[in-house]
Amino acid sequence: MNIQIKNGRLIDPKNRIDALQDLFISAGKVAAVGNAPAGFVADKIIDATGLVVAPGLIDLAARLREPGYEYKATLESEMDAAVAGGITTLACPPDTDPPLDEPGLVEMLKHRARVLNQARVYPVGALSYGLKGAELTEMAELADAGCVAFSQADAPLTDTRVLMRAMQYASTFGFSVWLRPQDSFLSKSGVAHDGEVATRLGLPAIPACAEAIALTTMLQLARETGVRLHICRISSEAGVALVRVAKQQGLQLTCDVSANHVHLSEMDIGFFDSNCHLVPPLRSLRDRAALRAGLLDGTIDAICSDHTPVDEDAKQLPFAEAEAGATGLELLLPLVLKWAGQDKYALADALAKVTLQPAQIMDLDAGHLSVGAAADVCVFDPEVYWKVEHAALKSQGKNTPFIGMELQGKASFTLVDGQLVYGVF
Amino acid sequence: MNNPQLNKHGELQHLLSTEGLPAPILRDILDRTASFVNVAEGSEIKKVPLLHGKSVFNLFFENSTRTRTTFEIAAKRLSADVVNLNIGSSSSSKGETLLDTVDNLCAMHADMFVVRHAQSGAAHLIARHVAPEVHVINAGDGRHAHPTQALLDMFTIRHYKKEFHNLRVAIVGDILHSRVARSQIHALTTLGVPEVRVIAPKTLLPACVERLGVHVYHDMLQGLRDVDVVMMLRLQHERMQGAALPSAQEYFKYYGLTQDKLALAKADAIVMHPGPMNRGVEIDSSVADGTHSVILPQVTFGIAVRMAVMSMLAEK
Repeated sequence: MNIQIKNGRLIDPKNRIDALQDLFISAGKVAAVGNAPAGFVADKIIDATGLVVAPGLIDLAARLREPGYEYKATLESEMDAAVAGGITTLACPPDTDPPLDEPGLVEMLKHRARVLNQARVYPVGALSYGLKGAELTEMAELADAGCVAFSQADAPLTDTRVLMRAMQYASTFGFSVWLRPQDSFLSKSGVAHDGEVATRLGLPAIPACAEAIALTTMLQLARETGVRLHICRISSEAGVALVRVAKQQGLQLTCDVSANHVHLSEMDIGFFDSNCHLVPPLRSLRDRAALRAGLLDGTIDAICSDHTPVDEDAKQLPFAEAEAGATGLELLLPLVLKWAGQDKYALADALAKVTLQPAQIMDLDAGHLSVGAAADVCVFDPEVYWKVEHAALKSQGKNTPFIGMELQGKASFTLVDGQLVYGVF
Repeated sequence: MNNPQLNKHGELQHLLSTEGLPAPILRDILDRTASFVNVAEGSEIKKVPLLHGKSVFNLFFENSTRTRTTFEIAAKRLSADVVNLNIGSSSSSKGETLLDTVDNLCAMHADMFVVRHAQSGAAHLIARHVAPEVHVINAGDGRHAHPTQALLDMFTIRHYKKEFHNLRVAIVGDILHSRVARSQIHALTTLGVPEVRVIAPKTLLPACVERLGVHVYHDMLQGLRDVDVVMMLRLQHERMQGAALPSAQEYFKYYGLTQDKLALAKADAIVMHPGPMNRGVEIDSSVADGTHSVILPQVTFGIAVRMAVMSMLAEK
């Protein structure tokens, strides 16, 4: 089928395009940008007047909750949410039940996702069996089954010897290791940033140095082992500074931040809003400013949704007992647009943080609209306001600090492989 | 952000924390407390009908004898029907959630909940959940707040010192884990105490504590100099040794209140303690039982202050 997306503002960070240009899709691939290829006859035309035509979003962290937590969310509900959010590719962390530590589980998840025929799902395999931090998983087998990287999700890996071995083994095969830095002793039973708000509310706290200490260890081991290291969910000023210096020193290193942390701080907890119980904790305004500076100067490569749907009962508890996490697939795009607007960051550069750059972190040839590339496209209305409320969210998780707020920007059409997976012609 | 304790007219809807309560409301509670103290002391009348026909549920998810008893006596003196529930030993161990428990009790027509819970924010959660005609009093949530304790402390200070605006007050001990200390600090600063000090080793102080408007001292000898009020905190047994403190003996030597240390404070300084005391750990017996101590009057005022809060809420 031939599709023409016409009259839109086409933004392709990789090819440095930000102009009113038409996009031509043929047989699931980008056939041309600008002028129609010879003999192109459109079967369908999407009028994108007033809309932005961009590569489909790529999310580095979306918990789909399968297998094991189907009462929180199912693949069906979350894949609907992903494409409604303009996301065409996502990586899912291994903290399912059981964790993604066996090739069979990974194949099953890939298969289930493929049948749904929506966004592309790339599992991140467990770095250690059961995420217990003791024994290495069969990384090569898991990679063959479809894992794009290896991670501990939020499970601790306290034994530095195991961590070093895991990095050595991963680097043997050229696999990348994704880690969220947090010292597990300093963060034990903590639920909020160790600052003014936790002090006021009497919440068990996690100091910012818990991140810096773990990060220092990870960076040193990455230097030692030569592994491709990706730092997940950076949250503190000290953490950003460490990543910046390591990059300047030439270490092969990438880094992401959650969209929540770009916008929120400990202050948003207010009077114990359990929707703000997140991992890592929302930190100070100063930390948030450092995260934004890190995005601007390229220290932080990507923004992810850190999508974590939680059932409502699990949030209707005192703050510390409430389950951590926020739904995010449908909020990623508007939150990136909001940040770009606030920091006066060029839209193309902002979109690169959720398209091209996460694709590079995942080692995928995606996140761009070059001729011949798979036609994974997000056509969005950058102006439309919508209210974040239960009925507006397709995700089974309705838990977000942004509930009740108005956000600007929403996907109108989402295409994967040139197939319309969200929106109506 | 809406203050969840006040209704749309700015009146007290729930008592959850001393933080964010306007000074006039705090003073109103203290004035009412005075009238209840007088009633109890001066007349034959032990009961007033202000809460007649109302049901007060003491909802204690954490063990407490003293606080629960004072709330119970206060409610009974106001002629309320009182139901005591020690949830620690029933529903929650059967898997019922906090809000399910509350819903069930609301169905039994509760008018007021007095809540103690081990988690910070539990009383806020319940207050957000209940119908507008139901009132919640926080009787201690985690490390967060214990407002009626702080209010009875304020009443005690006013009783002995008359004014707040010329006082220097020191709070000594485990500030980090203390809901009492947090509530005291907010109440003192709101009522206009110009200098509130906290005295503790660094392991027992929370981050950025100075942002609460207090001066931080690690040396008790400096911190007690010329203060009018010394508020001691209880040291929990599990903190007495381990990573927070090496031993109860060393703690007593450096942070225990003795006659010698108290001599650094003003000659007419008063000594307070929320109880129960660890004699020889945070306070020497000779100080606890000495002439500066107002620890027993605190307990007496505790009933009146809870009557004041309950009667105020019942009017709304």
